[in-house]
Amino acid sequence: MFAYLRNRILRLGSLDYFYFSAGRWIIVFGVFTALLFMLGLYGSLFAAPPDYQQGESVRIMYIHVPAAWMSLFIYVVMAIAAAIGLIWEVKLAEVIAASSAPLGAWFTFLALATGSLWGKPMWGTWWVWDARLTSELILLFLYLGIIALQGAITDRHNAARAAAILALVGIVNIPIIHFSVVWWNTLHQPSSILRSGKPSIHLQMLWPLLVMALAFKFYYVTAVLLRARCEILAREKNSAWVRGLVQG
Amino acid sequence: MALPNNLSGALRAILIRDVTLTLRRPGELANPLIFFGIVVTLFSLGLGPEVKLLSRAAPGILWVAALLAALLSLEGIFHADYQDGTLEQLLLAPYPLMVLVCAKVAAHWITTGLPLIGLAPFLGILLHLPVETTGVLILALALGTPALSLIGAIGVALTVGVRRGGVLLSLLVLPLYIPVLIFGVGAVDSAAGGLPFAAHIYLLAALLVLSLTLAPWAIAAALRISLE
Repeated sequence: MFAYLRNRILRLGSLDYFYFSAGRWIIVFGVFTALLFMLGLYGSLFAAPPDYQQGESVRIMYIHVPAAWMSLFIYVVMAIAAAIGLIWEVKLAEVIAASSAPLGAWFTFLALATGSLWGKPMWGTWWVWDARLTSELILLFLYLGIIALQGAITDRHNAARAAAILALVGIVNIPIIHFSVVWWNTLHQPSSILRSGKPSIHLQMLWPLLVMALAFKFYYVTAVLLRARCEILAREKNSAWVRGLVQG
Repeated sequence: MALPNNLSGALRAILIRDVTLTLRRPGELANPLIFFGIVVTLFSLGLGPEVKLLSRAAPGILWVAALLAALLSLEGIFHADYQDGTLEQLLLAPYPLMVLVCAKVAAHWITTGLPLIGLAPFLGILLHLPVETTGVLILALALGTPALSLIGAIGVALTVGVRRGGVLLSLLVLPLYIPVLIFGVGAVDSAAGGLPFAAHIYLLAALLVLSLTLAPWAIAAALRISLE
């Protein structure tokens, strides 16, 4: 049993095996992503009631909050993958970390942009220098720094390892982001879901939010697999199996 | 450079060598200071000569200018040593690299951070910073600038082999400088407003201890990757 599991994991680590099995998983995850988005968008745009204070613009939350969650989640995934790649020299982990960075940056940008769109009618301003907004912006800069470092080093293995160190250094920033709400008491409303005790959000609004969050997660997995396949092809372009793939 | 055959001797040798090398080229010592002065002047010109506005903005201006001056001088930590091969010798030395890099960072702080702290009070006068806050400004800078050198050294170590790594370096390092900036400005701001400032100083000290503990690992690991 143990030997079987070990063999499975070792095979998963080899890039050509992963390339082909990822091709099948993408279909599965892609279908789930589409279904979840249909359900989530129906829930957030039609089923959920408008907020008694925020009106219809509360619906921005169904994109904004999952995107903000993803921005942190992807950073943690990327840092863990980076650490695995750095410590055990697992190539696949390097590939996952490298493929995650641009996705994380886009989710961070999405969270900032939707937050800004929501802020204008609600707070009366596009942008405030409040703790959480600022931390999210810093997170975007951290992502961009990692992407830039990856791009600057030609050797992909070395680039991944350098970016891994930067990701691990930057993860010190993640707790600061999380606790910034507590540290600096400013305009941004405190988180309504991750509180001890009952969530302060009504079930009718909660379920579309959770479905959207799940849809975002599945989208991330699908997208990261797609990117990882491209990254693998670029890394292994001189290997026999990629040559065979290209020549058919 | 032949390293003495004990760790403290090696650390002292690296420290003295790096400081001496900088002192022999006084321009290198003076450039960040001149830059510091020019940036402060630019801010005054950009904001206008109004005393109230300048004195309100002074802590922020001083910290941002000091931070940029420290950033500009960062490349000096490893760059020359990378080009003439000294860095590779350090990697091969029979001492832990993470301890040796501490000596290099300390030398960098002595030749850039320390002069910046000395100049800051005078620039503070130009910006009409209340004179009573000078002590707090010096204390905050004394705690903050070593942390800047330590964090910055990680960035330098990561980009030392990259061609034209200067802009990339600032992209990597500046976001990591933000906590130091926030608490540094917070301390001077509170002092200028007559508020208790101890919390900011404690947080700055905590950041310094944290970076002193963790940065050498990252610097050493980054150097190993860059020199592969």
